[in-house]
Amino acid sequence: MNIIKNLEYLSELIGVAGFEENAAEKVAELFKDYCDTVKVDKFFNVICLKKGYNKSAKKLMITAHIDEIGFLVNSIDEKGFLGITNVGGIDSKILLAQEVIIHGRQDIIGIIGATPPHLLKPEDVGKPIKIRDLRVDTGFEGVELKKVVSIGDTVSFKSKFSIMNDLKASGKSFDNRASVACLLEILRYLREVNHENDIILVASTQEETTVVGVTTASYAIRPDAAIVIDTSHGDIPDLSKDYSSTPGKGPEISIGPNLHPKMVTKFFELGRENGISFQKMVEAGDTGTEAWATQVSASGIPTALLSIPIRYMHTAVETVNIEDIKYTARLVAEFAKMNSEELVEVLCL
Amino acid sequence: MLIKELTDLNGVSGNEKEVRDFIKDKINNFCDTIKIDSIGNIIAYKKGINSKFKVMLSAHMDEVGFIVSGHTDKGFLKFKPVGGIDDRILPGKRVLVGKKRLCGVIGSKPIHQQEKDEREKISKVKNLYIDIGAESKDEAEKLAPLGEFISFDSEFIEFGKNSIKAKALDDRVGCAVLIEALKNSFEFDLYACFTVQEEVGLRGAQVAAYNVMPDVALVIEGTTCADVPNVEPYEYSTIQGNGAALTIMDRTCICDKELVQFLHDVAVKNNIKVQYKQTTSGGNDSGQIQRTGTGVKTASISVPCRYIHSPVSVMSRSDYESVERLTIAALNQMSKNKDFLKSLSKLTSGKEQLTK
Repeated sequence: MNIIKNLEYLSELIGVAGFEENAAEKVAELFKDYCDTVKVDKFFNVICLKKGYNKSAKKLMITAHIDEIGFLVNSIDEKGFLGITNVGGIDSKILLAQEVIIHGRQDIIGIIGATPPHLLKPEDVGKPIKIRDLRVDTGFEGVELKKVVSIGDTVSFKSKFSIMNDLKASGKSFDNRASVACLLEILRYLREVNHENDIILVASTQEETTVVGVTTASYAIRPDAAIVIDTSHGDIPDLSKDYSSTPGKGPEISIGPNLHPKMVTKFFELGRENGISFQKMVEAGDTGTEAWATQVSASGIPTALLSIPIRYMHTAVETVNIEDIKYTARLVAEFAKMNSEELVEVLCL
Repeated sequence: MLIKELTDLNGVSGNEKEVRDFIKDKINNFCDTIKIDSIGNIIAYKKGINSKFKVMLSAHMDEVGFIVSGHTDKGFLKFKPVGGIDDRILPGKRVLVGKKRLCGVIGSKPIHQQEKDEREKISKVKNLYIDIGAESKDEAEKLAPLGEFISFDSEFIEFGKNSIKAKALDDRVGCAVLIEALKNSFEFDLYACFTVQEEVGLRGAQVAAYNVMPDVALVIEGTTCADVPNVEPYEYSTIQGNGAALTIMDRTCICDKELVQFLHDVAVKNNIKVQYKQTTSGGNDSGQIQRTGTGVKTASISVPCRYIHSPVSVMSRSDYESVERLTIAALNQMSKNKDFLKSLSKLTSGKEQLTK
């Protein structure tokens, strides 16, 4: 199992938030070989159980969301142009000259065109276009288009998975398929490990919109502790150091009220003891991830958050350093190996 | 498909070698001589049955793109646009850097981290950067030295009913038409000129036209097409699907009236869809060719291209076919039509008299 191939495969699955059914089935298929049971629930969360050797031991939940940002069709005109609305946070400024795939009765290609600059209305010059004003060129006439596409169909980014300078990759939906690839890597590390606690992996849904996936899954599973794996912002010229991490130097381990302090400290220890690179990130409140919902689900779940730094989040050219996926997987696997006595000790405030 | 092969090549103005080598190879068997001039134009000569007149066909090989202009301490590339590119389309786009086609992306600050005023602001190209995965200035300089050329990374795709999306349709469509035209034989001497540096000021055509000194020139182009939502119909310029576009006037020239009428007549007679370009924006090599020597009868025939100068130019396959058919039909008609040749003859004799 090659991590780059997995990332390529996973990132090319289509799973706009709320419409993850197909992606969930594919992910479940991948997990089957490594787990005792795999099921897809009513929100399309993929829930995989890897049993521990002690039935009365603890339950550790590890989550990574499988949904991605995208769009829904909200108008179809006579000339064959579509209007769209965003699902999840999308910067309209990256959308001009962007290619998309419209998932109608069949998949068709769409081009988000730009009005030529010399034809902009004076009041629009120098201003970013709004998503509601974008029009997607489909190459069909309206009449034909309406046979294939309906209001409410999903639209996803069209991208090309590319290797960049050997160790890095660039593509769409690395947020959060890089973390799903990491779940597979964790399972690979744990394959030969005789662990005491039950390990439940959740490939969750709708994180980009309402976080309903992990919320309901947390209630269903009621784990003793949760580790959320997501992506964070890699350092770029326009971001300051306390808001970004350097790709290649390991996952961000978040510190702050959203996270269980002793789990966080344990991760630091595991990193140091095993020579696994990590970085620290301070979050003053909401981490903007599933950790925020998980922490207060059911009767409260001690939660830690590890984030893989990616650059250009929520674009079709997200980039990741493959090493960071491995570092993250190793850290989480080390945590999962703990026996129940050690885990109870960590969770005790 | 020829247009796929041509648009897959990278040839930013000043760096047309890849395109030049490809075309040279393609036309080798169809012309008498191939000359590469000092600036890099291909001048392909095909002797006519009766070499009394010279007809020049022109299409430019170059495309808009970028050039590496600096490196940051953290290993990002700074870059400048080569040719006219709308800053607004750049963030989040994929590029190919240098001969090795290194994968690069034009970065942008994630939406999560933008302040309200940043969300309302369009980044100028001088504030943008390209990420090639280098981690230091040294590494970036080694991978992509100053002056390395950068192209959009965009695949040739057929979509919709009859549409094609690619980069550099402007003007590989013209190159494709010239390659096809060279497979025919004509009465006159044909000079098929594949020019360089059109996008930075019609530079190649100036040199090519001077060396050829033709009697008539046809420029085959990709031109603007703004028949999209949010644009008033009178500003459409051209309409996709309505056929070959003839220019009456643009920013660089007023085309030869007689020649434009001739082209229109040929189109109508041969049932080839034809339209006039409605707006006078833009310009092309005809502006430079027309003013060469004592002047050249010049007109241009164009394929309407939506989102021109972007990685996702879109054209209709049928419009391309109209341009190819019209070009070859017009050349055939020039070959056969005695009146047309006579009118040229008048011009030529007038020129000679003046010289004497």
